[in-house]
Amino acid sequence: MTTEVGSETEVKEKAEESAAQPDQSEKAEEETEEIANAEGEEKEKEKEKEKDGKEGKGISRYLPTWLKKQKSLSQTSPTKEVPATEEAVNKVTQDEEGPTPEVNGHAEEVEEKEAEKSEQVTEKEAESHSNASADTEPAKEEKVEESPKKSPEEAKETTEGEGAEEQKKEQEGEAEGVEEGEGEGQASIFQSPLRLVRKTKMKLVVCQVSLLDGTDFTCEVEKRAKGQYLFFKVCEHLNLLEKDYFGLTYTDSHEQKCWLDPTKEIKRQIRSNNWQFAFNVKFYPPDPSLLTEDITRYLLCLQLREDVASGRLPCSFVTHALLGSYTLQAEFGDYEPDQPRPLDYVSQRTFAPNQNKEMEEKILELHKSHRGMTPAQADTQFLENAKKLSMYGVDLHHAKDSEGVDIMLGVCANGLLVYKDRLRINRFAWPKILKISYKRNNFYIKIRPGETEQFESTVGFKLQNHRSAKRLWKVCVENHSFFRLNAPEPPPKARFLTLGSKFRYSGRTQAQTRVASSLIDRPAPNFERTSSKRISRSLDGAPMISITEAGRDTAENGRELHSDSKTPTLKLKEVDLSPGDAEATPTQSPGDSELAPSQDHDKTQDEVLKHQASISQLKRSFMEAPPPSPPQPNQWEKRLTSSPATTIRVQQQQVVSEPQTEAAAAADNAISDTKEPAKTTEVEIEETVVVQEVSKAPKPGLVTVTISSPPEEHTREQEVKVGEEVEVAVEAKAVKQESVSSESESEEEAEYHPNVSVSFSNTQIPEEKEEEEEVEQEKKEEEKTSEQDTSAPDAPALPVEVSQPVETTIREGEEDTGAEKKNAEEEQGGVTEESTDDPMLTPEEAPNGLTLPEESVTMTAEAEEEPKMNGEASLVEAEPRPQVICCSEPPVVKTEMVTISDTFAAQKTEIATKEVPIVHTETKTITYEAAQLDGNGDGEPGVLMTAQTITSESLCTTTTTHITKTLKGGLSETRIEKRIVITGDCDIDHDEALAQAIKEAKEQHPDMSVTRVVVHKETELAEEED
Amino acid sequence: MAGLMAGFGHYTHAVVRGVPASLAAEALRMTDAEVDLSKAQREHEAYVEVLRTKLGLEVVELPADESLPDCVFVEDAAVVCGDTALITRPGAESRRRETELMKGALKDLNLNLVEMTDENATLDGGDVLFTGREFFVGLSKRTNQRGAEILADAFKDYAVSTVPVLEGLHLKSFCSMGGPGLIVIGSSEPAQKTLKIMQQMSDHRYDKLTVPDDLAANCIYMNLPNKGHVLLHCTPEQYPESAKVFDKLKDHMLIPVCNKEKVKVDGALTCCSVLINKKANI
Repeated sequence: MTTEVGSETEVKEKAEESAAQPDQSEKAEEETEEIANAEGEEKEKEKEKEKDGKEGKGISRYLPTWLKKQKSLSQTSPTKEVPATEEAVNKVTQDEEGPTPEVNGHAEEVEEKEAEKSEQVTEKEAESHSNASADTEPAKEEKVEESPKKSPEEAKETTEGEGAEEQKKEQEGEAEGVEEGEGEGQASIFQSPLRLVRKTKMKLVVCQVSLLDGTDFTCEVEKRAKGQYLFFKVCEHLNLLEKDYFGLTYTDSHEQKCWLDPTKEIKRQIRSNNWQFAFNVKFYPPDPSLLTEDITRYLLCLQLREDVASGRLPCSFVTHALLGSYTLQAEFGDYEPDQPRPLDYVSQRTFAPNQNKEMEEKILELHKSHRGMTPAQADTQFLENAKKLSMYGVDLHHAKDSEGVDIMLGVCANGLLVYKDRLRINRFAWPKILKISYKRNNFYIKIRPGETEQFESTVGFKLQNHRSAKRLWKVCVENHSFFRLNAPEPPPKARFLTLGSKFRYSGRTQAQTRVASSLIDRPAPNFERTSSKRISRSLDGAPMISITEAGRDTAENGRELHSDSKTPTLKLKEVDLSPGDAEATPTQSPGDSELAPSQDHDKTQDEVLKHQASISQLKRSFMEAPPPSPPQPNQWEKRLTSSPATTIRVQQQQVVSEPQTEAAAAADNAISDTKEPAKTTEVEIEETVVVQEVSKAPKPGLVTVTISSPPEEHTREQEVKVGEEVEVAVEAKAVKQESVSSESESEEEAEYHPNVSVSFSNTQIPEEKEEEEEVEQEKKEEEKTSEQDTSAPDAPALPVEVSQPVETTIREGEEDTGAEKKNAEEEQGGVTEESTDDPMLTPEEAPNGLTLPEESVTMTAEAEEEPKMNGEASLVEAEPRPQVICCSEPPVVKTEMVTISDTFAAQKTEIATKEVPIVHTETKTITYEAAQLDGNGDGEPGVLMTAQTITSESLCTTTTTHITKTLKGGLSETRIEKRIVITGDCDIDHDEALAQAIKEAKEQHPDMSVTRVVVHKETELAEEED
Repeated sequence: MAGLMAGFGHYTHAVVRGVPASLAAEALRMTDAEVDLSKAQREHEAYVEVLRTKLGLEVVELPADESLPDCVFVEDAAVVCGDTALITRPGAESRRRETELMKGALKDLNLNLVEMTDENATLDGGDVLFTGREFFVGLSKRTNQRGAEILADAFKDYAVSTVPVLEGLHLKSFCSMGGPGLIVIGSSEPAQKTLKIMQQMSDHRYDKLTVPDDLAANCIYMNLPNKGHVLLHCTPEQYPESAKVFDKLKDHMLIPVCNKEKVKVDGALTCCSVLINKKANI
């Protein structure tokens, strides 16, 4: 259960913050707008952080004195607060563990009981952790619960109650009309404000979402709910797990279809009272056969049928007929010769914009030939044909070229296409694009110079207005992020893209979602596929729901599994890991949580029960059938759980002492998990390629390079990895934040650098140096940030802050962190208000603990300046590609700097492959880290499911493959670490061998991305080799 | 039921046309070359014989028309993909009527005909390179943007990209498909430039086979039952260096076909036939 706790803790933190914040903020700024509340929350968070070890200077000015006192009280009297949080955690845990139906509804009673129990445990935990951490933990827990269970509201309620009794009471009182808890001094103070807030927030809005099967899904959400919340609701309703390909759209006041940003409040996006949305495919998977579940394919089919019938996806007569015939087969089964009027049921349906009798006859004729095909097979065939259509997955935007000629810009998985009429007149593959930006109604892409060209060129297009330019820009950023991360053929740049836009940030990349879905699949119950029309109709029905829950459970499984281990540390990790939590967090914004209670209560209990049941099943399945490797995970878990902080420290030390990158690589793996959660709910998969090149010139024979990660050593390595990962995570976070910031940025202008520049560090101890550099950068950034004010609306910053506390807790031992945190807090205080992008970020940050928060904050606040900073800070930028920079406008946030620092690894793959020669540098150890944009679960180790080590040898290379599967907060992450030792004398072209090794690694795991490449050269005769 | 875009290179039928006596004197040409009519006719007969006998295609042979000196080059009159045939509007005024007979022949083969009636549109089939996954249309002296648009409209399933033809008569005067995903390209600078553009414009990856002689890059690829990959290419006599390059294609059944005379009037191997896959019809 450790994991659960951890995640929960994080959530709780957030929740607490949110809850507490509103109170404070309300008091301070009762009358201020919702935004103000948000800011207040942020402030509160900051305060909390301050509480952790440092009192926020920046925050103090915002906060009334009494607030400070309260905080101080809480700090001083940890007993009350801490226990409460602990209780909350315990409660949460209990709920998850056993079917405690009453959790949400009867929070008070349960809380009391649980509190007693939990208090004991909690206290212990609290002791172990810093006070601040304790505070944060509960919040996290709350959040976690919400996100995984998909009943965020319920979770919120629980969390709130758990987080702070006072708060709970208040909330409950408000929700239930009972004000019992308010009697307490603090509570009383809060009550009034809370009520006010609630009243304003409590408003529920009915959302109508038109689904792909033509039905409408109606649900109520809080008026301030974020897009994510509604989207999850819909996915839950659909029982959809592979949801990253989908999104919600709304029609703006200009009749334009827009994607609902999951990280922003719905209300602020739709800008009207028209709460109507459509569920659509957002990213068309280039190869639908790689989707894990039939239900996902089915939904994709539904979208494509609509696309085809409406003419959005043009196709020939024959193709219309063929696709139509598969549709018939899927929906009606085999052709029935006895059918009296076969043409009737064909003509009743729309298969094509220009459907005629000839086509219908052809459809029927083809339908006959599909006899025996199951609905799933028919859908597969449908998709196999549809995906080949040239306009499949191309999102068209009207534009004019520089000469005013009407053209269309098509955004797709591979890049940007330029059409004139129906003709493709140009194409810019993502790798060719250095920067995407818009200014007013102009949209620009900066093109990498070709072989024969010396200078990069910028191509500009004019769009109708700045809104459409921004929309196009966002779509580009998202697509780039989603698809580029792990495009099998092309280079590694992809990952960085994630940074670009909020949307992007909020979601997983295709590679990640693939991994996640593949992992989810095992434990997940068999989804009944609603292939046929009738079945599909039934989706709305009960059976579907049950399935859905199961699905959720799956996602949560990781957490639950973890929950078994009750170590606080683990919990923290889990929290970070589970992206779901992060996602949930936004939804759970303090106001939301408060509001939600009344409605949720009813459902909550049932859902909780179901969840629990499903979870237990999932657990079983997981436990029973771990990944291929033997069930070592438990041991790992225990170890990890037992002394996380210690471990981390140890790791770091090891890293320092040992220049070898291996440890780092391992760390990266671990980290990646953590990072991922933050971004997305589910699993991240990263492939870490550690290439150790050891060449001993004098000895012609083969020099052995040891595989540093033999099975026995795994534990240690992981630990080490964790430490390192933390660093990485920080970087990633920064990047992510950047992206977020970009979104939040001004509408008028924005920049996005699809490619991340890779920086080479000459440092022998790559990791450390990087960190240092990063820190420096961060500091600079921070400074800048503080100076610069980001746009208020950014939500992400808050989550980040929250996460930070968690991290802190974990790493109590580290003093440095504290200091950094302080800085970060301060900075955040200033910045936070302005930048609140994605809660998602928080989790990521957590792993990094020290660095991350700062970076994240900084990033959010500053977008523009950073790039420069980065450039300077980073030693060398090998490739200009991957920098993510966002808007330049008022709110300007730039991520580039972060990127660069993070970038170390980011573009590893490409760099490695192409530019391996760079290694020439005298540096002995070179680390290429891919920016772990999305799925980098950093800080939190998660639960180790399996670990596997495979060693193979060839003439002069020894390859050790270490596969680690980790469960974090319901998401499973697979990390493959390859240690390739190239031994030989001068005759061997090490660069080539390295490039080859990396290439092979990429080819072997096309779905994975290379996160880090560490080249360690040992040359006895220093310069002979080269 | 092969499905969309399956079976590149599968052909069952070929439409060819006789060599009119007027070809020697009146056929359009970019250089002032003297054409030996009888040689050209013998050459063409051998060509048809390869299609019919050696490859077993159902050959539809249209009679020559003396008033259409270029009528042997049937490729320019129609673009067939799947069961859709686009009857073109050749860029050369003198060749417009070549499509009449072609239209009838293709109609007899039960293809869905699309006619290019727009008077602003011109398109020669020689400017159309179908790779199996997409079309490239060369914008040349004979083919314009509008013609390409109409082609794109006729074959909606496929991406149609336009590329400039910097040199030579047609796009396929210096390139063609040598197999699935394999583009045979001449080594001249304009040819290489065009290839780069095609690669940039495409979502797909193509291998390239560079031959020293641009004109030798025009070959005919087929994938036939019981024969596998078949490639009709230039003879060693005509282009010795390029023939050596083709010889490296070990997986292909290589059939050198002489084209010495017809090339004088800009007739490449692909120009002399329209290949059709009737069984591919879905």
